[in-house]
Amino acid sequence: MKIIDVIKVASKSLTSNKLRSMLTMLGIIIGVAAVIIMIAVSSGTETAIEDQINSLGANLVFVMSSFSQGGAGGGMGTSTGGLVYSDADAIAKSVPHVAGVAVEQTTTQTIKYGNIVLEDVSILGTTPDFTKVREIELAEGRFINDQELEHSTRTAILGATIAKELFGDTYPIGQKISVGTLKLTVVGVFEEKGLVSGVDYDARVYVPITLVFDKLMNSQFSRIAGDRVRIIYVTVDDKENIDDVILQINLLLSKLHDVPLESPDFQISTQQDIIQTQSATTESFRILLAWVAGVSLIVGGIGIMNIMLVSVTERTREIGIRQAVGATPQDIQSQFLTEALILSLVGGLIGIIFGISGSWVFSRFGDMPTVVNPFSIVLAFGSAAAVGILFGYLPANKAAKLDPIVALRHE
Amino acid sequence: MTDSVIIRTDQLKKIYQMGEIEVPALNGVSITIQEGEFVAIMGPSGSGKSTLMNILGCLDSPTDGQYYLDDQDVSKLNRAQLAHIRNEKLGFIFQSYNLLPRMSALENVTLPMMYIKAAAGNQVEMTKKAEELLGIVGLGDRIHHQPKELSGGQQQRVAIARALINDPVLVLADEPTGNLDTKSANEIMEILHNLHQSGRTIVMVTHEPDIAEQTQRIIAVRDGLVELDHTNGRK
Repeated sequence: MKIIDVIKVASKSLTSNKLRSMLTMLGIIIGVAAVIIMIAVSSGTETAIEDQINSLGANLVFVMSSFSQGGAGGGMGTSTGGLVYSDADAIAKSVPHVAGVAVEQTTTQTIKYGNIVLEDVSILGTTPDFTKVREIELAEGRFINDQELEHSTRTAILGATIAKELFGDTYPIGQKISVGTLKLTVVGVFEEKGLVSGVDYDARVYVPITLVFDKLMNSQFSRIAGDRVRIIYVTVDDKENIDDVILQINLLLSKLHDVPLESPDFQISTQQDIIQTQSATTESFRILLAWVAGVSLIVGGIGIMNIMLVSVTERTREIGIRQAVGATPQDIQSQFLTEALILSLVGGLIGIIFGISGSWVFSRFGDMPTVVNPFSIVLAFGSAAAVGILFGYLPANKAAKLDPIVALRHE
Repeated sequence: MTDSVIIRTDQLKKIYQMGEIEVPALNGVSITIQEGEFVAIMGPSGSGKSTLMNILGCLDSPTDGQYYLDDQDVSKLNRAQLAHIRNEKLGFIFQSYNLLPRMSALENVTLPMMYIKAAAGNQVEMTKKAEELLGIVGLGDRIHHQPKELSGGQQQRVAIARALINDPVLVLADEPTGNLDTKSANEIMEILHNLHQSGRTIVMVTHEPDIAEQTQRIIAVRDGLVELDHTNGRK
């Protein structure tokens, strides 16, 4: 039997029962659309996270305190180990290819303006380079300058959310707010930045780091800790030099802290490391979603098998007639296999259309970034075809094995 | 009439296995049918005439014995080979017509051509030949009708056209008039006689003596054996 005839016969019998064919395809349609949408949503999310992280400064190296056992041997400052304020100066002065250094130490305070009280607000002590290093723009006013840093001047720059909550429509620059027991003058307000890697940049107050050291670290431990810093940001002039800078910082800080290179009291990571950690999280999420979508494809396939089995039983007499006039078992098998394949391929195509338009709807109205991956389309369509062959095989085989005498007698 | 042999069976046996019990349906049937003969096979139900018909129609294989169809031993062929034989050498006419319900008369008639092994026939020739045959059986004006739009006699005439489409060496008719009223039955018998006159070899199973009487030769089957084989004297 010619392939063209096989396809004609199969499509004719499918179109003669349109509703049933549509319902059978529905499982495949949903499965394929689900695969495409889920992959589009997760790659969209990943791209968005990457963009967000990159938007907080490119070529960034993070140096963070880590209280390893190796640091206990004693260092420059105290016996507890970790980064100190002077480390930042040392990096800025002696490591080549460094474009900017910013330091960060945080504390939590209650802040007040008029009768508005905000509790447990994160106060971030930092240095003038912070805006450059983290690429945050000011909406109003200015950032901390070198003089204020040197004199622990009582100035504050507000995150967008904090500014809105405290001042509403009032112009904030020049106003005084209470932070803990201190009165600070607002000199600047940041533009909105949003949530990046779980940190809300808009819900913080930025002050000179020296002010944090001198006046705001009020616990016993903090006072002993003195000019300890949580994190040092280093921007590198060119991507190529990142590895070199990391090595230099490692050497310099190990020497300054008097700790062995293999067990330092600090750790260095890059923007790329953070993106990778984030991707790993979304990756496992994506695999889970792909499984869910895959399962719905299999369910769709079982639907096809179910209907095809019913169809074989219903059409037993037709099969007998075809056999009597010369259809071989092979001919009968191809006919039913082709029907299953057409159902799954047409279902797959419709699923692709729904998948792509669904992804668009999600990003347009669902505020969810989506990126339709061409690979996901190939994958989904390929799986649909595989499902068609796999689940069409059993019914087709059943049809091919029918005895023509029994089939002809079937009512 | 030439002396060319279309059917020759040698001690055909068919034994059905029903669990532990063996049920013999044919106990050694040897018959010979020449080209151009019109033969009726008769017998009560359970006589084995259906089994014999199934084997002659290559729908079933004998348990033992030989069956030569058109000088070819078909008793040991597999299912696919038998399908090709049915397609190329046999034409079937059934009691219940057995047309495909959602196809037009024309499509039903061309159906066997779809399964030709060589896949030679082109669409236009196929259609032309089918139209011709439908004309011969008197349905030239109903070629696009579906079976449900045709009377029983008309459906059986479509089935006859279908049986002839691949130019078979043998036409097998299984109670072709069993479902028809006398008038339609006579019309069908008329067509079969015409086919016989034009040289076709026809084997017909029937249990109606007056239908059987219209043939050249009657083979009566009982208990899986040929009980009687006599010529009718008709030409």
